[in-house]
Amino acid sequence: MDALTIHRLHFAFTVTFHYLFPQLTMGLALLILILKTMALRTGNPHYASAARFWAKIFAINFAMGVVTGIPMEFQFGTNWSRFAKSAGGVIGQTLAMEGVFSFFLESSFLGAFLYGEKRLGPKAHWFTALLVFLGSWLSGFFIVATDAWMQHPTGYAIGAHGEMVLTSFWSLLLNPWLGWQYIHTMAGSVVTAGVAMAAVGAFYLLTGSHQEHGRTFVRLGVIAGILATVLMLFPSGDGQGRNIAWHQPVTLAAMEGLFTTEQGAPLAILGQPDMDRRRLDNPLVVPRALSFLTYQSWKAEVKGLDSFPPQNWPDSVPLVYYSYHIMVGLGTIFLAVLAIAAFRLWRGALYRSRPLLWLLMMMLPFPYIANTAGWITAEVGRQPWLIYGVMRTPAGVSAQVSSGNALFTLIGFLGIYTILSILFLFLVYREIEEGPERAAAV
Amino acid sequence: METIWFWLVACMLVAYVIFDGFDFGAGIVHFLVARTDAERCVVFSTIGPVWDGNEVWLLAAGGTLYFAFPALYASSFSGFYLPLMMVLWLLILRGVSIEFRNHVESPVWHPLWDAGFAIASALLAIFFGAALGNVVRGVPLDASGEFFLPLWTDWTPGQSPGILDWYTVLAGVTVLAVLALHGALWVALKTAGEIEVRARRVAGRVWWGVLVLMNLLTVASFRVQPRLQASFVARPWGWVFPFVAIAALLTAAVMNYRLRERAAFLASSLFLAAMLVSVAFGLYPCVLPSNGDPELSLTIANASAAPYGLRVGLVWFIPGMLLTAAYFVYAYRSFAGKVGVEERP
Ligand code: HDD
Ligand code: HEM
Ligand code: HEM
Repeated sequence: MDALTIHRLHFAFTVTFHYLFPQLTMGLALLILILKTMALRTGNPHYASAARFWAKIFAINFAMGVVTGIPMEFQFGTNWSRFAKSAGGVIGQTLAMEGVFSFFLESSFLGAFLYGEKRLGPKAHWFTALLVFLGSWLSGFFIVATDAWMQHPTGYAIGAHGEMVLTSFWSLLLNPWLGWQYIHTMAGSVVTAGVAMAAVGAFYLLTGSHQEHGRTFVRLGVIAGILATVLMLFPSGDGQGRNIAWHQPVTLAAMEGLFTTEQGAPLAILGQPDMDRRRLDNPLVVPRALSFLTYQSWKAEVKGLDSFPPQNWPDSVPLVYYSYHIMVGLGTIFLAVLAIAAFRLWRGALYRSRPLLWLLMMMLPFPYIANTAGWITAEVGRQPWLIYGVMRTPAGVSAQVSSGNALFTLIGFLGIYTILSILFLFLVYREIEEGPERAAAV
Repeated sequence: METIWFWLVACMLVAYVIFDGFDFGAGIVHFLVARTDAERCVVFSTIGPVWDGNEVWLLAAGGTLYFAFPALYASSFSGFYLPLMMVLWLLILRGVSIEFRNHVESPVWHPLWDAGFAIASALLAIFFGAALGNVVRGVPLDASGEFFLPLWTDWTPGQSPGILDWYTVLAGVTVLAVLALHGALWVALKTAGEIEVRARRVAGRVWWGVLVLMNLLTVASFRVQPRLQASFVARPWGWVFPFVAIAALLTAAVMNYRLRERAAFLASSLFLAAMLVSVAFGLYPCVLPSNGDPELSLTIANASAAPYGLRVGLVWFIPGMLLTAAYFVYAYRSFAGKVGVEERP
């Protein structure tokens, strides 16, 4: 393998692994805040103990997010030094702001939140939960702002030595790409946390332990999950799609598997891209739907891959196509399952519907898959550009780091992260098995 | 403008070394000051609620360095590729050791993470020391401001050095001793009884090591990097920094001997700050010296971001730092006093 491929795998693997943890952190921070608010409003110790239980899982998950996040911060310099050198004057802003505004906030108050419940009293403790929530959502904001700039660079100019210089701070922070992307990612993390909470609650109800907590978890998880899923679909997913149609039409064609430009283009539900014959095998399509979804007109023309020179296509059209379809397919399934669960909840019958509880429990891994698939769509869809329209991916790599060196550290990360995953699952399972009542006793 | 950012980044790195330095130090002296499992729990609880916030100084300093001096960030992070990756792995080991240790009660679980914590902390101190040594010594920069260093060559700081040579190893060992002292004084400050007594004794002994190593390193640095001498000759008022450092080091020993833990710890922090500022002063305006042609060195002028970005940065950076200071005052106040054996998280 050449050095470039290894550097790409290196970054892709470490960031994908990192993102498994913050997505739960950010969503759970919101749900814990809701539990703490209910505890404060009702004075019912049940909610306080529920919050305490999730805080323990939050702590383990947060530690994983921290130790896997630090390598991310370094890798722009270690593996993508040419990129770091030319774009640092712009995205250095958002990365530095993330450290200064969100990581300090989060880490300073997480300690108080985890260890200070008795000493601080309910009001101040609620406040620390609020600050932890704000810190984690701010860090999501700054990092998504960084990514949004790479997808759609704004507010910069090319300087004397070919480097990018910032010309407008506000157009960096108010990038038109950023709004939908931020809402969509945050909603995605609420889906993960909501489904995780509902799944643990369903597990308790099905095993006949911790009944009261189980019901609370299922209720809160399902309600948060359905609201967030609706938000994912509309308006944020739709908004993202429109941004792509407008600014990255070739990516849209790859996502949809549209090989030829058409008026009244169909929306492919299933099918396998055949790159040699340039068509979709075994297609199952909704006629004209793609034109309507993108341009609100059944007859609008949608550009297919044939309208663009192949060197501007994403390097792996099938990967973009599949990951996009996995995300949207899973989103549709979540919507269906959660809507039925919410309906049964409203009728007061959810806690007794064992098949539905089984479904909720089994759903646990799928939001992680959907979020990962979404990022793969976005990042591989951006290829062959590192900064869209400005810098090609091979131009950004650290040329002086050889493939052997990069492979060595990639293998190191593979090994370390494997061990970390085992530890993480072991510790979280223990907390779930011990259950919230023991947490209440501490 | 570049000069302001040079000193801001330097201050952030100083804050990192002072704050996370005592976490490393506590790890280095972990097995020396704590003999039983319960005592080791106490050492962990002296840093448990604050270590992550301390580590954020590294991220924030790194982020700020990236933003203010992109070329320096790009060149040094890729040039020191292998050792940096190892630093990352050690930071992972240290983080999980601290966070995961108290989750399981078992006779094999605690010792595992105790060892991970101690080993990772000691190696990190050595790596950071060696990194500082590399920056002082200089690296083989090429015309595009890039370099790549092997881990070692012939162990001499000549024209084709490795990351490790006798000079950078000396710097690594010195930093190990300095942080051991700093950490022992922190443990003495935060604990009572047996552990405090042992911590104070360890600090007293390590202090002599620091004194000897520091002298050796200073002499060696002036030989390896002539730029240092030139700076102090050109701007003699800079001598205050090394003198403050010497005074602070002596004060730390005296205060430790007189059982004034807080004063001893503060003196040690001042010592760290003054030493680092001396180095920064000696290198300024250079940020990464070339060990060959001095024209190729990275300086604040050729490594910095464009003026508009630096100006805008100042507008958010100052309020951001004030907020951060407020969080730290809050976090350390709510965690004031000694940690008892029973009070572990
Ligand atoms: C639980 C997770 C989840 C779910 C159910 C969905 N998404 Fe998503 N999606 C994400 C999680 C995600 C993400 C991980 O958050 C991404 C990756 C990058 C980003 O901005 O958000 C994303 C990106 C993303 C993009 C941008 C891709 C690019 O930038 O190239 C589009 C167009 C959509 N999504 C559209 C949808 C639609 C129409 C959905 C219908 C149900 C949907 N997503 C469900
Ligand atoms: C928001 C912050 C992010 C930034 C700034 C960012 C930036 C980058 C960079 C610099 C690369 C390497 C160059 C390349 O191969 O294109 C990359 C690739 C990649 N990233 Fe991201 N990324 C971010 C988030 C994520 C997340 C959260 C995921 C996954 C969960 C992800 C998945 C990937 C993948 C799969 C690649 C490899 C693409 C390829 O090599 O074809 N990214 N991204
Ligand atoms: C290349 C991209 C990324 C970099 C450089 C990065 C960097 C980091 C770092 C250094 C930390 C540890 C902070 C600490 O010590 O407290 C961290 C944690 C975190 N990151 Fe990332 N990250 C990246 C991708 C992402 C993405 C895409 C998101 C979300 C959209 C995200 C959200 C978070 C959050 C919420 C935390 C704190 C909570 C936790 O640790 O679980 N990060 N990140």
